[in-house]
Amino acid sequence: MAEKDLLEKNKYLRYRKTKSNLILILCVLMAIITIVPLLYIFFYTTASGFKFLSLDFITEMPKPVGETGGGMYNAIVGTLILIGISSVIGIPIGILAGIYVAEYSGGLFSNIIKFVTDVLSGIPSIVIGIFAYTIVVMPMGGFSALSGGIALGIIMIPTVIRITEEMLKLVPQSIREASLALGISRWKTTLNIVLKTAMSGIITGILLAIARIAGETAPLLFTAFGNQFFSTSLDEPIASLPIQIYNYAKSPYTDWHEQAWAGALILILLVFVINLIVRFFTKSKFTNS
Amino acid sequence: MFKRTLKSSATVIQLSLNSIKLLETPEKIIRSKKNLSDIIFENITLLFACIVIFLLLDIIYEMFLHSVLSREAFGFGFIFSSDWDPVKDKFGALAFIYGTVVSSLIALIIALPVSIGVAIFLSELAPKSIRTVFSFLIEILAAIPSIIFGFWGLYVLVPYMRESVQPFLNSILGWIPLFTGTNIGTGMFTAGVILAIMIIPIISAISRDVIRAIPTAQREAAYALGATRWEAIRMALLNAKSGILGATVLGFGRAVGETMAVTMVIGNRAEISLGLFNSAYSMASVIANEFAEASQALHISALIEVGLILFVVTFIINSLARLLIYSVTRKYETR
Repeated sequence: MAEKDLLEKNKYLRYRKTKSNLILILCVLMAIITIVPLLYIFFYTTASGFKFLSLDFITEMPKPVGETGGGMYNAIVGTLILIGISSVIGIPIGILAGIYVAEYSGGLFSNIIKFVTDVLSGIPSIVIGIFAYTIVVMPMGGFSALSGGIALGIIMIPTVIRITEEMLKLVPQSIREASLALGISRWKTTLNIVLKTAMSGIITGILLAIARIAGETAPLLFTAFGNQFFSTSLDEPIASLPIQIYNYAKSPYTDWHEQAWAGALILILLVFVINLIVRFFTKSKFTNS
Repeated sequence: MFKRTLKSSATVIQLSLNSIKLLETPEKIIRSKKNLSDIIFENITLLFACIVIFLLLDIIYEMFLHSVLSREAFGFGFIFSSDWDPVKDKFGALAFIYGTVVSSLIALIIALPVSIGVAIFLSELAPKSIRTVFSFLIEILAAIPSIIFGFWGLYVLVPYMRESVQPFLNSILGWIPLFTGTNIGTGMFTAGVILAIMIIPIISAISRDVIRAIPTAQREAAYALGATRWEAIRMALLNAKSGILGATVLGFGRAVGETMAVTMVIGNRAEISLGLFNSAYSMASVIANEFAEASQALHISALIEVGLILFVVTFIINSLARLLIYSVTRKYETR
């Protein structure tokens, strides 16, 4: 009787072990399923982009419809200008608000700001685009580089706040105490000592935010709009890589498709190089594994 | 040499102990030390923090203000009508709401099991080296701009769907009305697949963090009671379930707001049809497609109202998700 019981238990144990192993194998499979399409997208874009990439592509202006050749010089410059405008808006607001959250606030108000930051970062970028349209494009009476930059700047703000807050909290309290003990006033301590200590982390966070907005397309569709010509003025529509890729990808011309792939490669490289730099320099800070 | 180090470190420890005694609440002392310039600086940062709150309120206000024409003309009927005809000045958002919800649901159905698998793999199974590399790869690949997902989707995924996946699904599951439709590759199903690829990294990363917040002692206890590996993990999953739900809801929110990738593969037809292979339309896509070209005030106003609905929906979804995630991580944070 006892022997039979034991055998029965053994069977059940074996069943449980097999079940456990099967599920764990399934988990590994899921991991592979996740990584394969992502890698595929990456390598496909890189390979197709590489085929059509040339020096002319970076240095030449787009040609009119029907003529082959030409490049995206204006879009590359436009993207850089848009990044510049959005940095001017997003970085100071983000850092100063982040300082407030990390250094001064406590209790309910700080939680409210954190919550608002989270909500802001979750708003679809196209909604931010509409907002920029209503506050800049409508009063100015036309699409402009400025409105695009403002939209992207607003998208940057929550990321910069969060990263500033986290980095400032990593700075040990003893550093603040030491500085204050030397008779340095609090705001100087915060700016010159605490912020400086956390600066490398904050800069990498800002770089990540820039990498994110560099690829944003939706809010630019009706703010910066896109431009087939070279433009650096802030009150006119301006070209940008994502918009140019979008317009070329939708077009029926093979030549434009090829250029869109090359543009996609440049965009992917921009995002990846920034990401790689960030991860390389802050390995210990971001991967807490 | 060694002795000296030992001695000096002992002094340091002694000193720091003293200082702890002296400064019982260092926070308090720091806070009490203020002069005029400090007050000015604090208020400047406060001002910038308030800008953030003002920004959110202003977004709500502007969208409310500029959708007034459409709200007055259609009222709540806007949400329940699927009539979208800019030429005849008829606007109703139901088809877009339907498209957004269904494509996001498809994405969620595909992404959820995969993401939980990845989260278990990352938090419990993979050795540290693989875990680091894998997390790194996923994070960096998830940073690919959505326009590139859309571009790839349009030229690689759409033909593949048209030639292989959709005919296959139709032949097996065609008796369910969901797996039917004009098989042109673009459509609701393809949009769902692209969205799934895009939200898996988000859901799995947050789920991994939540699962890892569950104390190891609990797993050890499970093993001690004779649990198999999966049974121990299952306990952790059960404890983390509200956090995983939060991650899922957050992923859903991302899918709802995703614009470019969806716009490029969903087919852009304002129709409600049961067959998932048919073309559809989403709220974000219609704004992306029509906003720049809309010229009549009512058309613009209707599009802004679509944006307002999108905003309200994502606002609710995100608030809910954050609360769920906080609930798990807070509970186990004080270890």
